Amino acid sequence: MTESKLILPRRKFLAGAALGGSSLLLAGCDALTENQGFRSFLRSGEALNKGAQRLITDRAALAPEFSAGDISPIFKANGSITGGTVEYAGHVAEKFADWQLRIDGMVRNPLSLNLAQLTKMPSREQITRHDCVEGWSAIGKWRGTPLGLLLKQANLSTKARYIVFHCADQWGPGVPYYESVDLIDAFHPQTILAWGMNGGVLPVQHGAPLRLRVERQLGYKQAKYVMRVEATDDLKKFYGGKGGYWEDAHDYDWYAGI
Amino acid sequence: MSGLMIFNAHSRLYWGQYGANTDYAWLVIDDAGDTGFVEIAGVRVDTIGVLGIWKDSQGEVKRRAFPHWATIPSGYDLQAARRWHFTFAWILAVALMLYMLRSLWNGHVRRDLHIRKWEWSPRNIWHDITAHARLRFPTGAAAKNYNILQKISYIGVIFILLPLIIFTGLTMSPAMNAAWPWLLDLFGGRQSARSLHFIAAFLLVGFFFVHIMMVLLAGPINEVRSIITGKYTLPGKAEPDPEPELPHGEPA
Repeated sequence: MTESKLILPRRKFLAGAALGGSSLLLAGCDALTENQGFRSFLRSGEALNKGAQRLITDRAALAPEFSAGDISPIFKANGSITGGTVEYAGHVAEKFADWQLRIDGMVRNPLSLNLAQLTKMPSREQITRHDCVEGWSAIGKWRGTPLGLLLKQANLSTKARYIVFHCADQWGPGVPYYESVDLIDAFHPQTILAWGMNGGVLPVQHGAPLRLRVERQLGYKQAKYVMRVEATDDLKKFYGGKGGYWEDAHDYDWYAGI
Repeated sequence: MSGLMIFNAHSRLYWGQYGANTDYAWLVIDDAGDTGFVEIAGVRVDTIGVLGIWKDSQGEVKRRAFPHWATIPSGYDLQAARRWHFTFAWILAVALMLYMLRSLWNGHVRRDLHIRKWEWSPRNIWHDITAHARLRFPTGAAAKNYNILQKISYIGVIFILLPLIIFTGLTMSPAMNAAWPWLLDLFGGRQSARSLHFIAAFLLVGFFFVHIMMVLLAGPINEVRSIITGKYTLPGKAEPDPEPELPHGEPA
């Protein structure tokens, strides 16, 4: 009988302790998240993930490709869906007649190509899945020019280590979207600058006239409204120095394979 | 925790290869006006200020699926949550692998978890269920062995749920899909893997609470001491059982 008398206070005590304990624990976790030492410990996970994934992945391993029946009925448009700037709106109004893609930086033969020249080059078509860092996925069919082909034509310098994509959309005054990949991904056969989507031309909301498809990485790497491709040896030279808009603005991981 | 914060970034779950806002979601946690709701397979239940819409510690109204006290970090921060998640995922996976190997090696699996033929009898299972329901715990030497429900839950957690949560987690990584495309075939697509990952997480949370409750009900000091040190006083007897431990591999 003493048992039943004891159980209730114990339960009350436990409930109180659990609630108090968990809120203390969570407050502690928030404090840890702000702590510089702990942040660098957490960041070590990124290096480990990239290293482990690169270790077990063949550098040319292909992202899964799907069949026409797997294509999402509506491909969610995310991020900037209008391009935003006045300059870009002008290109849309002129149907990109004066638009040119520049390929420069650490290349021996800088290129400037209009849309007709790009679409006449050999192209690749792929039905792939687009994965947002938030968790959703959409499958679409892309057609575009392999980035590796363009970099070869531009005669990439042996000093170059990264390819940076400068975009037309601005995220706040003077904060253009940009992204970057290393040469493993730049020369991957599925890495294309896409000008076609689901059998038609690339729509504005998905980054017309040209967007990057770097399969095997998350959505924020798939730069839209690409205006200029620049080869470089160091990402620190650009904006916040972390290699991309989201990397600079919200400390997203530069390696987005996970 | 950090997974719930990541879920808050897109609080919808799907089956199949793809899934986004216009696709059918089997689970949705969201808000409509002033009430939050949970929708499972099209059936909508309004929530009471916990899921979908809630007030943070400053009393501000937030429209996210899981409330601040359940997520790491408590505020919306997708990148910080991902860092927590992926770093501790390594610790979980490595610890689980070492534990599995050691349990196989030292006979823990064979000796303590292996379910004997006679234990599968419906009578034994039913007896164990009713004993649990009445909170009647075994006494004497019988308390030294795991019962059938314990064995099923421990095997389920160690060899099914934890590997499932690790592999469905890997399936959500686009780079892993290129490296190990069979993951997608195994789980039926990235969005199915995301759903299974979420379900497995909730089953593990359920196991955790039941497990802790059982430890408390069965005598927390004795149980926790035995978990850590191996010293276990048999309940229901005045003196500790003098009988030596059974030799490895022998049926109990």
